[in-house]
Amino acid sequence: MNKEGLSYKVRQSTGVNATECYQCGKCTAGCPVAEHMDLRPSIIMRMLQSGDEKELDEILRAKSIWLCLTCETCYSRCPMELDIPKIMDYLRQRSLAEGKVHRDARDIVTFHKSFLNTVENNGRLHEMGLILDYKLHSGNLFQDVLLAPEMFSKGKLHIFPEKIKDRQGLSRLFKGQSKNNKS
Amino acid sequence: MKLGFYPGCSLTGSSREYNESLLAISKAAGIELVEISDWNCCGATAAHNLNKELSVSLPARNLALAELDEMSELVVPCAACYNRLVMTQHELNEDSALRKVIVEKLQMPLKNDIQILNVLQFLEKYIVPRLDELIKAPLTYDVACYYGCLLVRPQKVMQAERFEDPMTMDVIMQKLGAKALDWPFKTECCGAGFSVSKTEIVGELSGKIVRNAVGRGAKAIVVACPMCHSNLDMRRPAIESYLQRKVDIPVIYITQAIALAMGLSPQQAGIQRHFVPVNLTVNR
Repeated sequence: MNKEGLSYKVRQSTGVNATECYQCGKCTAGCPVAEHMDLRPSIIMRMLQSGDEKELDEILRAKSIWLCLTCETCYSRCPMELDIPKIMDYLRQRSLAEGKVHRDARDIVTFHKSFLNTVENNGRLHEMGLILDYKLHSGNLFQDVLLAPEMFSKGKLHIFPEKIKDRQGLSRLFKGQSKNNKS
Repeated sequence: MKLGFYPGCSLTGSSREYNESLLAISKAAGIELVEISDWNCCGATAAHNLNKELSVSLPARNLALAELDEMSELVVPCAACYNRLVMTQHELNEDSALRKVIVEKLQMPLKNDIQILNVLQFLEKYIVPRLDELIKAPLTYDVACYYGCLLVRPQKVMQAERFEDPMTMDVIMQKLGAKALDWPFKTECCGAGFSVSKTEIVGELSGKIVRNAVGRGAKAIVVACPMCHSNLDMRRPAIESYLQRKVDIPVIYITQAIALAMGLSPQQAGIQRHFVPVNLTVNR
């Protein structure tokens, strides 16, 4: 197997051996978002087996890896107990690091980045900050404009973030950790 | 009696009523939940999607702080936080190289042996044995108990024996006087973290869940996860647009159901904070 290739790296980083998949299709059958996917889970497993670099590039550019909700249904039903969600986590991080994120998945990535931004700034999630950061970076300025006031009136939204005290300890965790990280 | 407590970010904001009802029933049972000093966000879906190390280091800081606070048991009501903390504990026990990296970054000792309890485990251990004396106003309606993903999967790490058809919440609801209906969507995914970034998928996935619960005759859906709650409750407009009809079934936390059965007021249970009005009527 090509040691520079994605298939090898997937196995090395996740410990999951995709060649054990015998294509029964239970992962795809149980996947709640399979019908929205361009490459369904069992197909991704098959492509990883082929080791064909062109196909592997297609995986990193696929919408599927970002549509995966990590609900873990595939893993819980896989007769070979293959941890497909773990592979998906790895593929997402590679896709991001290589700038291959599918255009339909950009809002999902923007949301995750906005989420980590508020955690890096405060130590805790600030939902109001998350919504504002996401709106700015996604350009979806008018999405859910009526929701925030209603959340606020129900006491579910705070104007100001709660910040943790140990700022240094927190920044140590984020130091050198890009939100486009490869690891 | 005191127990360690990791509320997580949602419980301080969008799922405040989960926190309020949990604290209210704990107090009624003589249990004080003590927050980990200076706890931080677990990183949730964002961290494990974008950065492997953060997905472990953020939860690990909380586990280390809980040890400094000399906690032996840690109650984690948010299913997502619970999943991240348990996965982290598991990964750090399996992977000594990763553990070394994380402990160096934390600059705190980590024995990594704290007992982490999700809300159902907490209820079973500390509240259920006392329910007979605590129930003042038994519930009188049929419910669909919805567990979602994170409390049951991956089943080996979560130690969920009945991961396709869990029963712990059903058993508790029966004890409260309600009838827990048999239904097939107990552990289907609600759309989780796509609430903002792919709302239409949440409408579809949550819509199928809500439709089935209504079809089975449930008067309420009972949940134990802030994400499930906000998707089924706050995202009701997206659900209705997927189903092409109005659906008024309320969604309550298991802790709110217990609070109501204990005779606490709807305000004490935080019922007024829901988007879908909760008008629970007797149906038998």
